[in-house]
Amino acid sequence: MKIYSYIFLMAITTYLIRMLPLALFQKEIRSPFVKSFLYYVPYACLTAMTIPAIFTATQSIVSGVAGFVVAVILGYQKKSLPIVAGFACITVMITEAILRII
Amino acid sequence: MKNYDNKNEFIEGVKNSLPIVIGYFSVSFTFGIMAAKAGLSSGLATLISVTNLTSAGQFAGLTLITAQASYIEVFLTQLIINLRYGLMSLSLSQKLHPSVTTGKRLLIAFANTDEIFAVSVSRPKKVTTAYMVGLELFPIIGWSLGTFAGAVTTSLLPPFVQSALGVALYGMFIAIVLPPARSHKPIAFVALMAAVLSVIFTYAPGLQRISAGFVIIITTVLSASLGALLWPIPDTKEGDS
Repeated sequence: MKIYSYIFLMAITTYLIRMLPLALFQKEIRSPFVKSFLYYVPYACLTAMTIPAIFTATQSIVSGVAGFVVAVILGYQKKSLPIVAGFACITVMITEAILRII
Repeated sequence: MKNYDNKNEFIEGVKNSLPIVIGYFSVSFTFGIMAAKAGLSSGLATLISVTNLTSAGQFAGLTLITAQASYIEVFLTQLIINLRYGLMSLSLSQKLHPSVTTGKRLLIAFANTDEIFAVSVSRPKKVTTAYMVGLELFPIIGWSLGTFAGAVTTSLLPPFVQSALGVALYGMFIAIVLPPARSHKPIAFVALMAAVLSVIFTYAPGLQRISAGFVIIITTVLSASLGALLWPIPDTKEGDS
């Protein structure tokens, strides 16, 4: 069945991308540039994934922006992950409820 | 090198994974619905989630499967969309405790998703195998069950709940980036630059045809490189190995 070939191909490609760097780079990297680069990767990567995607993740851009603003305020105050994520969701719900009334 | 207690490490991993599990359930639920709409059985939809464990890659894969695309197209799409995991795995390789052997790395790699990566690198300590297994186990289950539930029940959650859950994972990312950005200015600069570049690559005329996965890779490489050039990190604890 062709569908199983598709699924297998998707799975093996994704796995190899994840596995090879982990298996190949076992020692601590010495180069100051590479070390610094890898230090900044998570922040750059997570930001790039969030912006601008969060603005279009909900039913309206207004509620997406509202959720974003609340998450930024709470995140800046160093609140925990579930708190920030939870209040962002609640904000989206409230904003969309208000939008329906208007 | 400190000794880690495997049981405590596992439990801490499980605890840290709970927000991910909730987020995954809702996203994979949507994937299940879409897979069902595309004509896949709930078993096949779940099989995709169990074996792939990637949101953007699966959604794109679903489109290609429906279109009966060629294998090379499927391969290239997955490669481009998921290449960011290569960067994440490279970064994670520097965060692993020396006790994590090659065999264990092969296992851990399977579930190195955006969110698992984000949580594991935000941990102040090195990560052990037990911690990673604890962190990955329930998200895998949540991702698979969510897909199955979404595929069998067409649309159980009211649309406004689905919409609200759409920001849950992004909220988590924001909560990971902002606290260190606040106390360490170079991180704030790198994050700000990534935000600006990401918007430019997504919306600028002519650049719009670049896939979302590729936007993330280009943006990450550019902003992290600039950060590394401008503010190389001071030599970290070398005597650790």
